Amino acid sequence: MKSAKMLSAAAVIAAASLVFSGCSGSGPSADEPVALRMTVWTSNEAQLALFNEIADAYRADHPEVSSITFDPLDFDSYTTTLTTQLAGGNPPDMAWLLENSAPDFVSSGALVPLDDTLSSTEGYQLDDLSEPATQLWRTEDGDLAAYPFSTSPFVVFANDDLLAAAGQPTAAELEASGQWNWNTLSDIGAKVNAATGKAGFIVRDFEYTQWDYLSTVWNGWGATPWSADGKTCTFDAPEMVDAFTFLHDAAFTKKSMPGPGTTADFFAGDAAFTVTQISRASLLKDSGITSWELLPLPAGPEGEYSVIGQAGLGALAQGKHPEQAADFIAFFTNPENSAKLATYFPPARTSQLTASTLSAANPVLTETQLADVVVPAITSGTVRPSHTGAAEIQQEVRSGLDGLWVADADIAGTLGGVCDAIGPLLEQ
Amino acid sequence: MSGVLDEAPVVLAAGASPRAGAGRPPEKRRRRRLSRGDTLIGYLFVAPQVIGILAFVILPLALILYYNFHEWNVLANTFRFVGTENVERLFSDPKVAPVLGATAVFSIGLVIGNLGLALVLAVLLNRKVRGITFFRTLFFSPVVVSLVAWTIVWGFLLQDDGGINGLLAMIGVDGPNWLREGPTAMISVIVVQVFKNVGLNMILFLSALQGVPKEVTEAASIDGAGKAAIFGRITLPLISPTILLTTIITIVGSLQVFAQIAVLTQGGPGISTTVLVYYLFQQAFEFHRFGYGSTLALVLFVIVLLLTIVQWQLRKRWVFYEN
Repeated sequence: MKSAKMLSAAAVIAAASLVFSGCSGSGPSADEPVALRMTVWTSNEAQLALFNEIADAYRADHPEVSSITFDPLDFDSYTTTLTTQLAGGNPPDMAWLLENSAPDFVSSGALVPLDDTLSSTEGYQLDDLSEPATQLWRTEDGDLAAYPFSTSPFVVFANDDLLAAAGQPTAAELEASGQWNWNTLSDIGAKVNAATGKAGFIVRDFEYTQWDYLSTVWNGWGATPWSADGKTCTFDAPEMVDAFTFLHDAAFTKKSMPGPGTTADFFAGDAAFTVTQISRASLLKDSGITSWELLPLPAGPEGEYSVIGQAGLGALAQGKHPEQAADFIAFFTNPENSAKLATYFPPARTSQLTASTLSAANPVLTETQLADVVVPAITSGTVRPSHTGAAEIQQEVRSGLDGLWVADADIAGTLGGVCDAIGPLLEQ
Repeated sequence: MSGVLDEAPVVLAAGASPRAGAGRPPEKRRRRRLSRGDTLIGYLFVAPQVIGILAFVILPLALILYYNFHEWNVLANTFRFVGTENVERLFSDPKVAPVLGATAVFSIGLVIGNLGLALVLAVLLNRKVRGITFFRTLFFSPVVVSLVAWTIVWGFLLQDDGGINGLLAMIGVDGPNWLREGPTAMISVIVVQVFKNVGLNMILFLSALQGVPKEVTEAASIDGAGKAAIFGRITLPLISPTILLTTIITIVGSLQVFAQIAVLTQGGPGISTTVLVYYLFQQAFEFHRFGYGSTLALVLFVIVLLLTIVQWQLRKRWVFYEN
């Protein structure tokens, strides 16, 4: 009896404490120390150390901020994890955002406008931000919803060791002779494959699923996935059919590009060329490649072009401390810290978009390479495609394009099917 | 108080001693109190399980039902009542039929493959020979391996230039691109999952087989029954409760497959391996349609519930010797 009563009492106390502890989780009071959290997709120790160094400097002047945490999430499922955190009532205060999810985050009001905070921060020099770089991150009203902290151009790295082993001219020789175009690159890639069994060229991260990386190829044909207003699908346009015919031919006829389900890593010496972002240059150090070259994207039938990838940094409106988060972003991206971040992330500040600034941050690359390839690409590049409802469009196109990656594909028919699938989504 | 005074003459009239008569009501009360105490302790013992089920099964189920009538835009942080809009979408969504088809193909393939192979392995391993423990451990070991690690390794093996096609090439066979072609992608996912969990059902079958009394099979043998007849008419009926259990576990598990699809095929090629749980995940967590995702979760719940009820009812016809 006695024990039963004690057990009952214990259960009641436990239940009551649970209820009261649940009730006590109300919003922060003005005097409570502020703990900020930023979700990122890097777990690079050097990068995280730099972020923490900047955060420590901020906290030294802001004693009300008790901690600033950088929370690395898996890159492949980054946006899904972020939205799950929002749905689960655990929103971060700040988040990195990929360019393909920018329209969804910017148009939904999920981000706090930064203009007022940035312009009122002493010495920020808001006018220094490159206008094309901020375009994707502005709302319909022109408010800056996120800061484009990384504007990284797509370039081509060439493995001259492998080209020499296959008896082919080096990439620099090709460029000097005016043959730096996709058809020549594919022809040489096919010869490398035939001679060495290694891959000719790779569009890194495409892997026959992340089709938007192919914009680094189809832009050379003047193709776009949808019209400028985003309302009409143009996957079935003749120039896109030509671009995909080139890619299909490279994968299944010439064998200059690894086919679906085949892995090859340029930075492991498996390929002669790779299309990738400049930030991957750091992988060259451990690649074992002794002679390599950096080049712009090869010319397509429509001439020369460049493509950039972007990443934004925004303060979440659903976060616990949106104003403090915006204030930290202003500090994190001020001219001084932007120069530090340029070590890893090409900046959007025009004053820092010089070969000398970038070369200090990228010791692997020469000032000439940066001046000839990187700076022009950042200033004139087209951002990778993005649209509201990006995840569903991504899935529909991937699913539709699966029919194209077989030897006897009906290319025009398959691309028409892609438009049938995403047409209604684009109209929304 | 008046009740006690009223009772006293009745007790006395019954001829019982006042002492005894006065003791009966307290005994009843004590029994009731003891009974209440026992009940409370009983409730406290089951409380963790009940709280767990309420918090992690009943509450989410109720929330799913609630979300089913709403649309929740996570980014805009808006939540609005949409009535039966999500249910209507379910019936007009052209992908639902192929998704349910892929789910059915996966489940049927998995149940047949898993139970068939598990039973064969259990029969083969149900003998006392040297080293048999090694083989039992070998076939059971995938069960304890991390599901994602297991699937990633199989993902490498099944690539076009992977280990499986490498082995086939050694005997002059040009293997297919397993995960990139419709029929082989689904077969691959099923086979990977069969090998992963066959050990668990094998152990259950093995345990059941070892519970079959030897005298029964010996008697049948003396009566002239062959091995096939003994297995089909004596062994299988005797282990039918285990067959029911493994069938229910395997079917329910097959309907909840997710990680293998996410790692190996991401639902492709096309949507040929997009099963219901993966489609639900895409709608809710990738396309931010939590309302419609909840509707799909309800569909899954109803399917699992119906299948379990049907199997439970069918047990009366084909399960024997059930305790």
